[in-house]
Amino acid sequence: MNAPANEPAAGAPALAVSDLSHAFGKAKALDGVSFSVPAGRFAALLGQNGAGKTTLFSLITRLYNNRSGSIRVYGADVRQQPSVALAQMGVVFQQRTLDLDLSVVQNLSYHAALHGIAPGVARPRIAEALARAGLDDKARQKIRTLSGGQIRRVEIARALIHRPRLLLLDEPTVGLDIGSRQDILDHARLLCREEGIGLLWATHLIDEIADGDQVIILHRGRVLADGTVEDVVRQSGADNLRDAFTRMTGPTGPRTAGGGKP
Amino acid sequence: MIAAYLHCLRGIIVREGLRFVHQRERFVSALVRPLVWLFIFAAGFRAVLGVSVMPPYDTYVLYEVYIVPGLVAMIQLFNGMQSSLSIVYDREMGSMKTLLISPLPRWYLLVCKLLAGVTVSVLQAYVFLAVAWFWGVQPPLLGYLAVLPALILSGLMLGALGLLLSSFIKQLENFAGVMNFVIFPMFFASSALYPLWRVRESSPLLADICAVNPFTQAVELIRFALYGQFDLVACLGLAGYLVLFLACAIIGYDPARGLMERRGAPG
Repeated sequence: MNAPANEPAAGAPALAVSDLSHAFGKAKALDGVSFSVPAGRFAALLGQNGAGKTTLFSLITRLYNNRSGSIRVYGADVRQQPSVALAQMGVVFQQRTLDLDLSVVQNLSYHAALHGIAPGVARPRIAEALARAGLDDKARQKIRTLSGGQIRRVEIARALIHRPRLLLLDEPTVGLDIGSRQDILDHARLLCREEGIGLLWATHLIDEIADGDQVIILHRGRVLADGTVEDVVRQSGADNLRDAFTRMTGPTGPRTAGGGKP
Repeated sequence: MIAAYLHCLRGIIVREGLRFVHQRERFVSALVRPLVWLFIFAAGFRAVLGVSVMPPYDTYVLYEVYIVPGLVAMIQLFNGMQSSLSIVYDREMGSMKTLLISPLPRWYLLVCKLLAGVTVSVLQAYVFLAVAWFWGVQPPLLGYLAVLPALILSGLMLGALGLLLSSFIKQLENFAGVMNFVIFPMFFASSALYPLWRVRESSPLLADICAVNPFTQAVELIRFALYGQFDLVACLGLAGYLVLFLACAIIGYDPARGLMERRGAPG
């Protein structure tokens, strides 16, 4: 089901995770996780709360280090070439990470500086990113004054400032109303389609996943399925993704609501 | 490539500066604290604690004059702890993640963070010295220039200590403990408020502890520099502690060592 692992670096997948395990003390958070996301693909990482999605994100972004298994971003190993790998990825964490008392532009400039981008290069990119996100008129406003949906859009704009080719979003629609949720989903799909960005979208909401998306089902730290929505549904013998998910994880699957949230 | 490093440093300093401007009460309280010591404590103790002629002073000095270098170091100590607090806060709020996913090496990001904190603490120290000048504590003009490298070095050392502590402190609530177990012992068991020979009269052991206290090195380096002299022992001690604290802090933030992780678990 995985994309071929031995592709030459030029055509290497945006993200290739192979045999990744991770434990907190004795509790295994991830167990032999393997999957890959090609460039230009919208891949949904579907799992309940506590399935290990955030742990996986922390490993990919090198907040934690992986000790077994490997993570490659366009062929660059996160552990061996962290700078190369990190430069290729844009991240929107589940937790909001903008400085509430600084303005939109100040936050984005800070991010650009952290990526070593000269102010002269960053300025037009920031203006362009804000225009694309429909936030031009908010540029000088403090983050504190924005709505939840606007903050998320700023975070996505920020994640794109350094022109990454892999975008990671950890439950980016949590706490947003239906309209903002759809806006952000549409925006993310557009990025995959038009910019060829590989995108990993972690979620526990099945209705955020559309036909044709790649879906990776993560349950208790293990990958139960990986493929297009159609393939996964067919394999499980269910009628739709919701049923397929329920069949795989079991109706009595753990509902550790709130578990695993930082 | 070097340009990228400089852009990063500039960005981190600008952000720290903006945050500082937004927290004016932080600046005021950082200034009020040593001024209370200078205006009230020193005035009250002037008669009790006479300070004899001792280097770097070439004459009898008033107690106010004696404690100014210690109070400058105190500003930097609080600043170091303040940045430690803000790092813990950043981590809880998530903005530390923004910093750590930068493609630049993590040790460099921590050093930038440190330099940004030192910039702020040096500015605070000069504002305090200016107020002290009007209060009659007037070191030679050259001393104000000579003290700059001393302030940078001591600011780095105390900032690195803060960075190290932040890698151990799990939550904001634990910060009160830092006050009790770090700031107060460091400040009182040092040459900031009384010369070490005075301490030795009452307890030789305490005097030895004071003599190796990193904070004493900071105070003495600043004191000598302020009077145009150079204290080699304090300078070497300070540099040694800086390297030690910084190395430990970098290890503490190394993802491979997993200290970050134990805190974040389970994600």
